[in-house]
Amino acid sequence: MKINHHLSDELLLDYAAGNLTEGWSLVMATHMALCPSCRRRLSAMEGAAGALLEKVEPHDVPEDSWARMKQRLEGIRIEEVKPKPAAPQKDALVFPEPLRSYVGADLADVKWQALGLGAYHLRIETADPTTQVRLLRIPAGKPVPEHTHVGKELTLVLSGSFYDGDELFGRGDVEEADDSLLHTPKASPGEDCVCLAVTEAPLKFSSWIVRLIQPILKI
Amino acid sequence: MSLDIPLEANTCHKDVPAPLRARASSVRALRVTNPNLTQTSNQILSNGEMARLLKAVASDRSIEAFEALFRFYAPRVRSFMAMKTGDRQVAEELMQETMVSVWNKAEQFDPERGNVSAWIFTIARNIRIDFYRRRRPSFDPQDPAFVTDDVPSADVAFEQVQDAALLRQAMATLPPDQLDVLKRAFFDDVSHSTIASELGLPLGTVKSRIRLAFEKLRAALEGRR
Ligand SMILES: [Zn+2]
Repeated sequence: MKINHHLSDELLLDYAAGNLTEGWSLVMATHMALCPSCRRRLSAMEGAAGALLEKVEPHDVPEDSWARMKQRLEGIRIEEVKPKPAAPQKDALVFPEPLRSYVGADLADVKWQALGLGAYHLRIETADPTTQVRLLRIPAGKPVPEHTHVGKELTLVLSGSFYDGDELFGRGDVEEADDSLLHTPKASPGEDCVCLAVTEAPLKFSSWIVRLIQPILKI
Repeated sequence: MSLDIPLEANTCHKDVPAPLRARASSVRALRVTNPNLTQTSNQILSNGEMARLLKAVASDRSIEAFEALFRFYAPRVRSFMAMKTGDRQVAEELMQETMVSVWNKAEQFDPERGNVSAWIFTIARNIRIDFYRRRRPSFDPQDPAFVTDDVPSADVAFEQVQDAALLRQAMATLPPDQLDVLKRAFFDDVSHSTIASELGLPLGTVKSRIRLAFEKLRAALEGRR
């Protein structure tokens, strides 16, 4: 598997710093489970954070801080970490962790909901109200349905592939998009495309006039 | 800082190798709250020394080695925690949680995969995330669907920022505006889009500062080849 489309530096920085909400982190971590290259970039960023930590203006710690720490350590018994037996390599798994636990199943057992025109989706529950995460299954050769998202979007291909313009996105590839980018992703012919997508949750405007003009302005 | 603690620490646990003890006390001696000496204490605790101290904690449960790490990292982790919480009491508690975690997880540190400061940063970061009751899903290297790195391990060690000194040097050459964005992201716990609005800059400017900074750091690391 050759991944050609990776996470941007700014998204990786937000992940390394712990600044991303659950929805974005889920898609990024699932990409990184498939992508050693982004994991190496993440390590380099954490290395930069470590170097900054060394340089930070140190705080005075209270006089008794070390004494308290020492007392706590005395009460701790370190349990030997037994190395987990290496799980058998299963090539058949399509969803890596953390995604598989969120879905509660691998691709073969997903309980899809029909969107019409042969497309399916499954909402993935998170505790993050600022995003919507879902799996999408787009029929071979067809465009991605109801594609009028608001704000940022991050899509990870898990199975099959899609074209956006001339660019091909296959398993493991991510596409970052925002509303300034006009894009019309279309599944490649021959095989259904399964993607994991996170978008910003639609804003709930209270004013009826804003709701009325929202579709026109595409805000 | 009270004087009786170092004395006490030096008299018990006689099984600790002498060089370790010496190192621990030299760190203590420099841990004076004089900003001019911060630089010096950074140089004294080189990455190799930090890794040796942590290894002594992991294999011998050496309290002296841990104390040396505590003297160096506790004031910095506390400072890191205070930047977000702004509350001294909370910062102290979160620092203590972080250092207990360092003690408990010392065996899990793998020098092949990064340096001690980076590892302690990730522990502090995760404790801060827990404190704010957020969730940050992560990949699981034990998962059978996890794609392992097929680059030979010597090369991986190369790219895994094993040599923190090189990274420190490269960080020192970053322009202030790029360094400022990295500091805000790592310490103030805000996303790059929030940084843009805080600084009153277009999002594209912040993105390009981040990209330029990491291009420079990656180039410095690859320069070792
Ligand atoms: Zn990648």
